[in-house]
Amino acid sequence: MSKYLFYPGCSLQRSARPYLDSLVAIKDDLDIELLEIDDWNCCGATEYISVARLPAYALNGRNLALAANQSNGTSTVVAPCSACYLNLAKTDRYMRIDPDLNASVNDALAAGGLHYDPGTVTVRHLLDIIYHQIGIEAIKRKVVRPLTGLRVAPYYGCMIVRPDYENRFGSPEYPDVLDQVLRALGATVVDFPVKTHCCGGHMTQISPPVAYELIRRLIYAADSYQADILATLCPMCQLNLDAYQDDMNKHFATDYSVPIVYFTQLMGLAFGHEPQELGLGKEMVDPRPALAKVGVAVEGMVSAETTSTKRHSQRRRKDDPSLPMPQPLIKEEDAS
Amino acid sequence: MTPIAPTKPRSFLEQVEAGTPGDSRLSMCIQCGTCGGSCPSAEDMDYSPRQIFAMIRADMKDRVLRSNSPWYCVSCYYCTIRCPQEVHITDIMYTLKHMAIEADLYRDSAAPDLSNTFVSYVENNGRSFEFGLATRHYLKHQPLNLVGAAAMGLEMFSKGRMDWRPEKIKQTKQLRAILKRAKAIEASQKMEAVA
Repeated sequence: MSKYLFYPGCSLQRSARPYLDSLVAIKDDLDIELLEIDDWNCCGATEYISVARLPAYALNGRNLALAANQSNGTSTVVAPCSACYLNLAKTDRYMRIDPDLNASVNDALAAGGLHYDPGTVTVRHLLDIIYHQIGIEAIKRKVVRPLTGLRVAPYYGCMIVRPDYENRFGSPEYPDVLDQVLRALGATVVDFPVKTHCCGGHMTQISPPVAYELIRRLIYAADSYQADILATLCPMCQLNLDAYQDDMNKHFATDYSVPIVYFTQLMGLAFGHEPQELGLGKEMVDPRPALAKVGVAVEGMVSAETTSTKRHSQRRRKDDPSLPMPQPLIKEEDAS
Repeated sequence: MTPIAPTKPRSFLEQVEAGTPGDSRLSMCIQCGTCGGSCPSAEDMDYSPRQIFAMIRADMKDRVLRSNSPWYCVSCYYCTIRCPQEVHITDIMYTLKHMAIEADLYRDSAAPDLSNTFVSYVENNGRSFEFGLATRHYLKHQPLNLVGAAAMGLEMFSKGRMDWRPEKIKQTKQLRAILKRAKAIEASQKMEAVA
């Protein structure tokens, strides 16, 4: 069993609770132990650093210092949220290459009786650990309910693959790591050219129409490539695509319905866990028709037959002001 | 008597470079426009990132800090990884945001307010607080969308994805002491830079 220091982040406590629940459910299958960093604080997301620089780095410095103090045979910090991952990794990196910043952050940490030497811990994203440390073969061995026939759009978002200081994901624009994990579960992974495009980030709050267009591009692509479901690995992406899909539909007068789940939930299903245990059923866009395709019923389940699986590929409106997107080349038999 | 070296106030370019950790490489920009072409929100920005960098070099501080461009940055880092000169564009956008807050120049307060509200919850509790953040934000900046937002919020509550009360860390005093000290250090560094 490998041990890791665990930084869950604020979102996983509430809005992304299903991400945490599904991770906890599959950690024994993956043979990993997660030691939560005691009394960790918020990473500041992209907001704190917009207000002040040094306090934002000190905020993350506290987490790194706590992690270093708690490192008991392991010095790897795992973060499942892309923003938390990048903020922690970035703080460690800039403290290493900018001596003035390092001195100032440690000066601030000293006010709380803490100290952190950059490089003491290594910060890695959950997907990185699952792919590189656990491996595709080990995942395949655990699959008891293959997701055969389920068409999944693999969505990475931004901060996990960019800037990717250590080049852990191979490509900052078209990575394949999540695709391989999903394929190992037996799922059909669709082409998804926008797999690392932005979900809208904080624009849902400061200028919703900008966010709606970014959400539309992703949902449109998933729908065009006839994905049953979209798998994500970041709480912000899940929230924007799931909770704002309805608003986006109203804005563009469309009726897309692409359910958004965490990749750990799909892993849990393939490993034979029950949907409730994985936090499935808490989405705003109903995932039940998609899950019925692999014989999974969430309580109060509607059967796949009674649910229309209409496609929207050719349904572009004449007055649609957005840029046209290339149509995917999918053969008829592929789609069924 | 030792002669006093003539001092020149730092240019806007120097201020931005000094405010960005590590080497921002901002002065290496060759104005190719790859950043704006890669940016998902460039078309909604007052000035594209390329224009912003030209304006920084031209010392047009007010117009840069008045623009919506840094606030419309979604931190997707596409520009940063595609920039042939490896300019740390996303980090520079963060620098411009806190310079804009400090100079109090940006006319639409929605984005800075969102950041500031977020920060106040983190400073008080050590954790972010989605319900508080959303409520305060919608009341002030999107009151017309409040009903729709409340409906979504209720559904999130019913699904256990939102909480009425913020979570709190144990060592809030320690965290506040660290942040207070960090702010004091940053303020004194700025004084030195100006002197």
